[in-house]
Amino acid sequence: MTPRRAIALLLACGLLLCTHTAWADRIGDITSTDWREQAWRFVTLADPAVRFALAGSILLGLNCGLLGGFIVVRRMALFGDMLSHAVLPGVALGFLWNMSKDPVAIFVGATLAGLAGAALVGLLRRTTRLKEDTVLGLVLALFFAGGICMVTRIQSLPQGNKSGIDKFLFGQAAALGPGDVQLMAAVTVLALALVCLFYKELLVASFDGAFAASLRLPVAALHFGLLLLLSFAVVVALQAVGVVLVSAMLITPAAAAYLLTDRLHRLLQGAMVMGVLAGVGGAFISFLGTNLPTGPFMVLTASAIFAIVFLFGERRGVLMRWWRRRAQAARVRRENTLKAVFHILESRGLGHVRSVALHELAAHRQGTMATARSEARVLAGHGLATLPAGAESLDLTHEGWQRACEIVRNHRLWEWYLTHQMAIAPDHVHADAENIEHLLGEDAVRQIERALPPSPVDPHGRPIPALGAGRGERTP
Amino acid sequence: MDGAPPLEIHDLTVAYHERPVLWGVDLVVPAGRLVGIVGPNGAGKSTLIKAAMGLLPAASGWVKVFGAPVRQNLRRIGYVPQRESVDWDFPVCVRDVVLMGRYGHVGLMRRPSAQDHAIAQRCMDEVGLLPFADRQIADLSGGQQQRVFLARALAQESDLYFMDEPFSGVDAATESAIIALLQQLKSRGKTILVVHHDLPTAREYFDTLLLLNMRVVAFGPAEEVFTYDLLQKTYGGRLTILSDMADAVSRQSRSP
Repeated sequence: MTPRRAIALLLACGLLLCTHTAWADRIGDITSTDWREQAWRFVTLADPAVRFALAGSILLGLNCGLLGGFIVVRRMALFGDMLSHAVLPGVALGFLWNMSKDPVAIFVGATLAGLAGAALVGLLRRTTRLKEDTVLGLVLALFFAGGICMVTRIQSLPQGNKSGIDKFLFGQAAALGPGDVQLMAAVTVLALALVCLFYKELLVASFDGAFAASLRLPVAALHFGLLLLLSFAVVVALQAVGVVLVSAMLITPAAAAYLLTDRLHRLLQGAMVMGVLAGVGGAFISFLGTNLPTGPFMVLTASAIFAIVFLFGERRGVLMRWWRRRAQAARVRRENTLKAVFHILESRGLGHVRSVALHELAAHRQGTMATARSEARVLAGHGLATLPAGAESLDLTHEGWQRACEIVRNHRLWEWYLTHQMAIAPDHVHADAENIEHLLGEDAVRQIERALPPSPVDPHGRPIPALGAGRGERTP
Repeated sequence: MDGAPPLEIHDLTVAYHERPVLWGVDLVVPAGRLVGIVGPNGAGKSTLIKAAMGLLPAASGWVKVFGAPVRQNLRRIGYVPQRESVDWDFPVCVRDVVLMGRYGHVGLMRRPSAQDHAIAQRCMDEVGLLPFADRQIADLSGGQQQRVFLARALAQESDLYFMDEPFSGVDAATESAIIALLQQLKSRGKTILVVHHDLPTAREYFDTLLLLNMRVVAFGPAEEVFTYDLLQKTYGGRLTILSDMADAVSRQSRSP
């Protein structure tokens, strides 16, 4: 699964980096607050700081989306949360290393802290009876509290360039420098390359670890590798999203993609695309004001994407499902009207006339004239019947007649099947058939037909109409 | 077939959190046998096959597969894990899962070849899953899911198979399909060990039985091992089970 889109984006990021000039000032330093002017600045990419922020957000979205996909399918979401909080003391230590915001020192410190957190979780899991969620919550709180204390202490220190250390909590894409973006690019390329190379191994190890081990695949090494990539992703994303919310950038885009697809490679691609959208969207919105934190806006954008997928997702979206149910219910109502018309025609002996008076329909359905009229209008609206203006009777069209025959046939086929093949008493089968007639698919109909005698009659003695029964025709 | 037995286990002891679950298992399974592993819950049936494949560390003892340490011959082993051991909502389709059976042959960092795809296709066909090849695995019935695992094991093209409760939660049609498949594998000279839960069918399905209850109680041809005394020993004399067994045995002895 070589996601070409991802590589194209990476190339774009590289270009953005190449065009940077030496006097890169930070977005945070810019004093202008007119949001239209700011938006224009962002869109035109005139500012090198904007280019860094944008490149950083794209890389962050790619990397977090990719690894987040694995987090979600491996049920490690809480683990990601723990990891993202556990890196904070490492950030502080990296800063203390030479009292400046050196990306590499912070990267090393934060990765070590993240791995220490993971190791502590493993140790507690092995040596106590505590369950995973408890242990994760415990370690998360411990490391985060330690980190907060250290960061607060650093801010009160007299010496050193402390600008930016406070941005690690809630993130500021505008504070990204060339060093940060290069590190992000390196980490993202590494993650993409490793996932592409070991995709097959990661797939089987994530789905069925015992089976993967039985193939002699290095399951533990794969797990550790994923953990390492995950720590890298969290650490490089810190500057832009912040410790508190970075786990959401892992989980939310991947969760949205999970709702959309049934295949892992598509899930990963989708998560990367949504991660990029969320990253860029968040960076853009936070750029509109002065000193707005980036992390919350990225997460809100990601959540908005999730909400859209949740509501409008093609197959599983809530609104789509509601819409389909509604359409289904409307179809059932139409079919019931057709059936009533068929029954009325049948009681007259199924002659050539396909016309039924509305008062007959109302009487048959035990409803009012108004209901019958509106039902007839619905049929007319679907081309199943004609109802001239002011007319008191409806005429089934050819299609309407076909459909009516089909639905009655389904009903009687099912009744016949239940009584003859399943040995259910004839008086028990009608209610069931009322529902099944709308659901009986072509395959099931074929199957029942195969067992059907030459002149089939339903359990109540009425003939089962043939498929596409012609004008006034009876069952062959 | 080479001379060495497909599976040879010597003095295998396995412990969970220091509590032994299997004690000093000695076992030599000759080629071409269809072996049912039966025993009560917690008897260590799954543990035995996992330890035999080296998926669980052994406290003592060794396992040889076709005469070599198991790590060297894992490629000749096919494995059907318990159905409950995986997340069936995982975003993969039937074809993806069956193709996993080829991964051991494909090698690290490589992609399955056209031939691997053809083998996966054939294995799906053998278990009647071809019409469902592109379905997500959650959209399958329990029996179909079990057949996905079987197809994956078939795709491994192994000589020795370990299957962990392939009959659990499957419909009658799948059960007889699995039995036919096992017989067919056996007739091709494969050796199969099946963890089995249902005693009454055990004697009928398998030619060889391994009665297990934390130790090997008996191992041998089904008709010799499936006796009241040995079953009583295996199931530890618990009354309800014992009476079930008595029924099963009497049913067996009545049928010719």
